[in-house]
Amino acid sequence: MAGIIMGARVAAMRHHPVAAATSDPWWVKGIVLTLGLSFVALFLVLPTCVVFHEAFRRGFGVYQQALQDDVTRRAIFLTLTVSAIVVPLNTIFGLAAAWCVSRFQFRGKRLLVSLIELPLWVSPVIGGLIYVLLFGAQGIFGPWLQTYNIQIIFALPGIVLATLFVTFPFVARTIIPQMEAQGYAEEEAALTLGASGWRTFFLITLPKIKWSLIYGIILCNARSMGEFGAVSVVSGHIRGRTNTIPLQIEILYNEYQFAAAFAVASLLCLLAILTLMMKTWNEWHTEKQLLLAQEAFHQESIP
Amino acid sequence: MKRRFPHRVLPGFSLTLGYTVFYLSLIVLLPFAALFIKSCGGTWSHFYEVVTDPRVVASYKLSFGLAFVAALINGFFGVLLAWALVRYDFPGRRLADALVDLPFALPTAVAGISLTAIYAPNGVIGSLFAYDHWLGSWFAPGTSLNVWLSATSFASYLGRDGLRISFTSLGILIALTFIGLPFVVRTVQPVIADLSLEYEEAAACLGATRWYTLRRVVLPGLLPSILAGITMAFGRAVGEYGSVVFISGNMPYKTEITPLLIIMKLEEFDYIGAADIGLVMLAASFGIVLLANAIQHWGARKLGRVS
Repeated sequence: MAGIIMGARVAAMRHHPVAAATSDPWWVKGIVLTLGLSFVALFLVLPTCVVFHEAFRRGFGVYQQALQDDVTRRAIFLTLTVSAIVVPLNTIFGLAAAWCVSRFQFRGKRLLVSLIELPLWVSPVIGGLIYVLLFGAQGIFGPWLQTYNIQIIFALPGIVLATLFVTFPFVARTIIPQMEAQGYAEEEAALTLGASGWRTFFLITLPKIKWSLIYGIILCNARSMGEFGAVSVVSGHIRGRTNTIPLQIEILYNEYQFAAAFAVASLLCLLAILTLMMKTWNEWHTEKQLLLAQEAFHQESIP
Repeated sequence: MKRRFPHRVLPGFSLTLGYTVFYLSLIVLLPFAALFIKSCGGTWSHFYEVVTDPRVVASYKLSFGLAFVAALINGFFGVLLAWALVRYDFPGRRLADALVDLPFALPTAVAGISLTAIYAPNGVIGSLFAYDHWLGSWFAPGTSLNVWLSATSFASYLGRDGLRISFTSLGILIALTFIGLPFVVRTVQPVIADLSLEYEEAAACLGATRWYTLRRVVLPGLLPSILAGITMAFGRAVGEYGSVVFISGNMPYKTEITPLLIIMKLEEFDYIGAADIGLVMLAASFGIVLLANAIQHWGARKLGRVS
């Protein structure tokens, strides 16, 4: 047996006798890292860099001009309006769903969790389609809406509904694991001491989940601003009126205004990068909290 | 019922559950009911005619086939990446870890135009496959590879000046691979982190080589999560629209994905046809969800028995 152990492994064993049995030889590490990181570079880093490269290829002036275009401005305003409506609604839903899923046991809980995750599975096009079938001109409520002259499809309400559908899982999914992991001993203590339910929620629960909640809101916001498939179905692509930022990118791209399309795309790309930074910060913060809690536990248990 | 679920100390159960169910009914259940009602508005024969139309069937083959291949590619690279992120220490590990979630955060339209630009004939990577470049020269007319490819169904990739990636099914495959990457990594990563090193140490003590340990001790523990991750990536890729529509070129029977056909039916105001195809896709999605859940359930039971 000893004969086939390579020199490098013997050297490693001398320093860490255990590590050699559980770590891979250097050449395996090399191959795995090369393959994995080239995949990351090719599929994740390159597309991000290309967005900025194409956006600035014709100079900063063209970039600025593209963002100052009137139709683009309106698209940005519409997108901000939509996410200003969608994000608060989905945040309240996320908090309510997380409270009942993570704090209670009840029949049908698994079904409820699957329903909450449904939009992650269903094609975004179907997310738009269902509202067209419901509120479109030939939809189920279509004739009724027409007699009262209410416009939902090809207007702001339709875009809001489609975006609500696609983005409602994100806040709930981000905070449920943390709320389940944290348990509710502190909440019970507060209630025993006479605090009301709402007071407990605002003073105990909310501070405990603060960072994941903020990350969930930012992720929900990024997704609502970037939603393309579902919104594309319900918006009708009316220039300057029902075009959100992603739809404006599509129009510019199809009109061969590549620099302008990538300039607008770079805004959403920046938002995505910000979201990832927030996620990393949130994870780092959670890890630190966990370490502090463990240290406190050890100090208490060792007199 | 009462014995199974003991008295609830915390308040707000009926309020939060009621609100959650109300919101879900409004946003999800009611519209889905509309999908069924609209689809049932047509007759059975009409439904059958729509969903088995040759053009629609060609789109199923494309969407499901490419989603499957993309999920397998993600399975391979995703496991390598998850392993590297958990087990190896290398500069930029945190950055790579954060970047894995990029396809979640980056809007699909942005990914779509960016990938199209990269793989277009004049793009960063597309230009490498021009026939006068050394990479593309392998496929140049007259080479044995070119002759062989021309005779197969891959002939459509051979363009006039080089190998075509954007605006062919190869481009769709790349977009679907991009979309599915986080699913495999994020499903496998926590399982690798939870693997206790003791099993590997024990295997080594008993005289197993590292390769044998990986194959017979580590891999069986990871298998359920790998399969679940691949299934999720597959499910996501089947319905993907935004990133594909730019890079695919949308040629009937060749590079038309199923979600695009739904949109085309809607643009022709053929609501029933759109609902029919939507119903087929929805049924497929539910099947994939059930499969992924079953795999995860099986994995949890398997791990439970081992420890």
